[in-house]
Amino acid sequence: MTPPREPSPALEIERLSVSFETPRGEVRALRDVTFDIEAGEVFGVAGESGSGKSTLAYAIMRDLAPNARVVGGAIRCAGDDLLGLAPDALRSIRGRRIAMVYQDPQSALNPSMRVGQQIAEVLEIHALASRSGAAARALELLALVHIPDPPAVARAYPHQLSGGMQQRVVIAMALAGNPGLLIMDEPTTGLDVTTQARILELVADLRHNIGAAILYISHDLAVIAQVSDRVGILYAGELVEVASVARLFHHPAHPYTRGLLEALPDIDLARGFRPIRGRLPDLTRIPEGCVFAPRCDFVEDACTRGQPAMATAVQGHAARCLRWEMVMAMPPAPQGRRIAQRSRETASTVASVQNLTKHYDEPSALARWLGLARPPVHAVDDVTFDVRGGEVLALVGESGCGKTTLGRVLVRLLPLTAGAASVRRRESGAEITSDAEFRRVVRIVFQNPDSSLNPTKRIAAILDRPLAIHGVSRPARRARVRELLEAVRLDPSYLDRLPRALSGGEKQRVAIARAFATGPELVVLDEPLSALDVSSQASIVDLLMELRVRLDASYVFISHDLSLVRHVADRIGVMYLGKLVELGTVDEIFSPPYHPYTRALLSSIPVPDPSAPATTVRLEGAVPSARRPPSGCRFHTRCPSKLGRICEEVEPPLQRADGTRWLACHIPLEDLRREPPVRPGNA
Amino acid sequence: MTTLAAVARADAPLVIGALILGCVLVLTVLAPLVTPYGVAEQSILDRLQRPGAKHLLGTDQYGRDLLTRTLFGGRTALLLGLGAVALGLLLGVPIGLASGYAGGRTDEVVMRVVDAFLSFPALLMALMIVTALGASTAHALLAIGVANAPGIARIVRSQTLAVKHEEFVLAARAQGDSQAYVMFGEILPNLLPPIVIEATIRIGFAILAGASLSFLGLGVQPPTADWGLMIREARQHIFLSPWPLLCPGAALALTIVGFNLFGDGVRDRLAGRA
Amino acid sequence: MAHYVARRALLIALVLVLISLIVFVAIHVLPGSAATLILGEYATPENLRALERDMGLDRPLAVQYAAWIGGVVTGDWGYSLAMKQPVTAIIGLRLRNSALLASFALVAVVLVAIPLGTLAALRRGRWLDLAILTGSYLGISVPEFVTGMVLILVLAGPSLHFFPTGDYAPLAAGLRTWLSHLVLPALTLTLVLLAHVIRQTRSGLVEVLQSAYVRTARLKGATERRVVVRHALRNGLLPAVTVIALDLGYLMGGIVVVEEVFAYPGMGRLILYAIQNRDVPLLQVSILIVAATYTVANFAADMVYAWLDPRIRYR
Repeated sequence: MTPPREPSPALEIERLSVSFETPRGEVRALRDVTFDIEAGEVFGVAGESGSGKSTLAYAIMRDLAPNARVVGGAIRCAGDDLLGLAPDALRSIRGRRIAMVYQDPQSALNPSMRVGQQIAEVLEIHALASRSGAAARALELLALVHIPDPPAVARAYPHQLSGGMQQRVVIAMALAGNPGLLIMDEPTTGLDVTTQARILELVADLRHNIGAAILYISHDLAVIAQVSDRVGILYAGELVEVASVARLFHHPAHPYTRGLLEALPDIDLARGFRPIRGRLPDLTRIPEGCVFAPRCDFVEDACTRGQPAMATAVQGHAARCLRWEMVMAMPPAPQGRRIAQRSRETASTVASVQNLTKHYDEPSALARWLGLARPPVHAVDDVTFDVRGGEVLALVGESGCGKTTLGRVLVRLLPLTAGAASVRRRESGAEITSDAEFRRVVRIVFQNPDSSLNPTKRIAAILDRPLAIHGVSRPARRARVRELLEAVRLDPSYLDRLPRALSGGEKQRVAIARAFATGPELVVLDEPLSALDVSSQASIVDLLMELRVRLDASYVFISHDLSLVRHVADRIGVMYLGKLVELGTVDEIFSPPYHPYTRALLSSIPVPDPSAPATTVRLEGAVPSARRPPSGCRFHTRCPSKLGRICEEVEPPLQRADGTRWLACHIPLEDLRREPPVRPGNA
Repeated sequence: MTTLAAVARADAPLVIGALILGCVLVLTVLAPLVTPYGVAEQSILDRLQRPGAKHLLGTDQYGRDLLTRTLFGGRTALLLGLGAVALGLLLGVPIGLASGYAGGRTDEVVMRVVDAFLSFPALLMALMIVTALGASTAHALLAIGVANAPGIARIVRSQTLAVKHEEFVLAARAQGDSQAYVMFGEILPNLLPPIVIEATIRIGFAILAGASLSFLGLGVQPPTADWGLMIREARQHIFLSPWPLLCPGAALALTIVGFNLFGDGVRDRLAGRA
Repeated sequence: MAHYVARRALLIALVLVLISLIVFVAIHVLPGSAATLILGEYATPENLRALERDMGLDRPLAVQYAAWIGGVVTGDWGYSLAMKQPVTAIIGLRLRNSALLASFALVAVVLVAIPLGTLAALRRGRWLDLAILTGSYLGISVPEFVTGMVLILVLAGPSLHFFPTGDYAPLAAGLRTWLSHLVLPALTLTLVLLAHVIRQTRSGLVEVLQSAYVRTARLKGATERRVVVRHALRNGLLPAVTVIALDLGYLMGGIVVVEEVFAYPGMGRLILYAIQNRDVPLLQVSILIVAATYTVANFAADMVYAWLDPRIRYR
């Protein structure tokens, strides 16, 4: 009598290697990846861009690009080999035993098919229900993913739903076949922080209700910490560490893991905020030895001779490093210093914004005559604040709050609709009137380094232009361009290159150099780090802070990342739907935040600490349309602390609260002071 | 299927197109050197001859050597095609660029006008212009160029719209670059690949349009050698000898195919890389 | 949706007005006034003045335009100088003949081109696709007059007289005869149109087949057949609607040449006749009608497209 077999793991990846054939050579995207996922477990795979994580997901689904080959290894789902499957068998597995959710739900859904039908289709394909049964089950699934009013949503077309809803629909579609394995590839990237928090809650919920194993892939370590049971770290195609989530985050054994954790801005300022030096290796020319060696702080000779094998530290915790013991034993990096260094306390005002309003998409006369006018988008409404000399003022809020528009109005890229904004010179205090002077003294750095540099121009030309406009002579320009490059720590050989030859971080340095070319006194930075890899973010922040001190400039630092802002800002302004709801120093805003929205924002941010407490403030619903902002306090439709009629009818003015804080809320100060502190937490 | 074969198969249009065009170009440029007879050399005795030793491709109804006329006809065709598209670019690019960049009311108005022009089938537009100006090679070139301009303007405009919100354009405006510089110095260089592709494909159609106009008697006038004109002249005698029809006809088809293949091949290549 | 329709309708009305302006201006303002055009060699100063007075060409341009367009809208389409009849009497018949030809071509295109284009897209890269692509390349590259004349040469010659060389016979002369006059010109037109539509159908479908939602459908475990029929075709063929409308425009240009080759009495030939005979009133109205038909067809196609695409229908 044979003993009953142990149930096979939901997913077994054994020494998987995948390569792509390209004109440049063989890109070895995945090498020797091995891990298992048990039923009911969430396994997080974390990696930066180029790590191979999406390749992994598509390899499991056998949906790789035509020029990709699995060059070795095995993939098994509940004991069954996936790589050798015939097309018919593969089709019966997809959607049924393994399902996938990926980024950008809008494009994943068929725009001309109703949502309910797309979900029901999974059941029809796998003959799990009749037509009516499938439709009914679709409604159940929509309820399962916390969608209000399932019948209405089921009848809708994808474009009629918000991003968060669309993603839930995609998740419902993935769950329809009752899969044993669910693969989620960056499902919350591109969603707002508060929406993301709800989706992550949903994932945790599902884990308890559905017995499926989940493979969760993300570049965001904080998110991984929040959802996973066990974690694998992927670097340049190799799995360099695998551990339970607690062990990985508290006792990392691989230098890259350590580096990643330290490269994140810690919202409690407890940990260092340090970059990882170097770049990703070229995947067509992988060096001998450990793939992380060129960037490693713990490297020794033996590391460059032969790829290290996975060494097991403790049961379930393995790292691909020869010196893992030392890495684990190393104490955590020193307390993060506040990078913001105010050069001197000053009360001088560099920029003054009064009742600034920006509306766009005003209806044309024709539209109004036809009665087809839509109200304009109220991007920024009646915002008032100052920017002081030498300070970093952060503007935070989620997408659609108007911070980007505000930044662009400040640098005169967009005309304002009402109100005033003026900028004064530091030295003289005189207001800047001439346009040429303004554009020399006030500059902007954009978010996306891939699109902020003209792809057809060489770096030298890009940096030369602002100088040429402001009348600098040719020889002086040439010298200055070199100086600029040096200031942003780029080699002069970059001058002749085109942007596409540079990495994201390098391109952002060029964008920063361009902004500083004219010696500005006020620089608006619009999400300057969002598009960069974690490992390069810290070095860009260092550079920005260094430049600020050198030039004694002021920054308006626009971001949605509160952890980052805590490290760099002196004062913070919180925006919601075009309005400034709270303004104060960093210390004031963080402990404690007064405005209910600020509290919710802070609470929704995932931190890379699996032991962090649960989210305390949940926001229901979606952000209202900026064309028809709610009456009274714009936040009242979602505010968990709403008082009542007054919030719906009367708009709270921005008033002084304690200390140097400004607040727009009807709730009496004593009540706000008594609220329990909010910590950024996990679901 | 190895990768090499796949790459070759994918780029086949480009290669074949380039080959065809290369031959056409060489032959037409070298026409005076290669052809044994003069373009207008008539010989009543040798009317409507079939291809033979004396005349490699035969003769037309006036005894003119078909090989000679076909090769010289290529010159006219290329002149017309390239010239018309050049004119179309000269007119269409600035209009599309400026309209797309300006946006708002201006853009709406300009595009309505462009749409109105585009509501005319290209040949009809060209017909109208030639009617008003009189039939000649130069007028045909002008007409086809003007007929192409709105389509080019449309395409340039939509490309401009795609680019004008890119952050490098915003950066240029923020630092005080003039509108003209932003349009021509920042945006236009990024538009070159699609413009080149569009232009190449349109050359084929311009040649076709030019030949059609000449066929209708409204383009190139006798005694100039032109493929469309040759076919028009050959109409009455096709049952006596098909060669005056087939030679220019084949030449036309081949040249246009060449341009189309090449243009599509370039587009696929650039799209693949992007 | 109502917003969209209203907006487009207004724009189309505007475009139609602009078209009439363009036609008028092209013929009246460019060097060589209408009178010179008409008189040709006989344009002596006295004759010019007399004719201008006669035809009202000495009035200000704006007035002339208003008079003309007013007439067009109320049904007075002018008087043909060359044919000595009111234009309305001439155009009806010609329009019908051309419409007949065009309908044949369009029906053939829908029945043949869309399936072929779809097939080519589904078998992308394989022999069938290459064959269809090659055929369509030839179709768009060989001028219609060459195709037409080659067809005449082969099928209507003295030896193989399958079809007449041209002209038109009324239905009264017998179905067979009537059809025989239509086959060759319709075939010529169709071949080129087919080529255009095949290419555009193919590229539209190829794009859809590579989209993210088709990938999702495959990852749901759908069979290739379901992916194609339920997901790809619905969205991929949507552009085909506009393609057909756009090709109507092509059709109207090509029809001029084809009617000339086959001496077919339709609008195309009428326009050429008007040009050759310098018949300004006839020319103006004929071109206006062709352009207006094209515009309205495009508008109709836009409306169909908007109705079919949920993103526009349910804003």
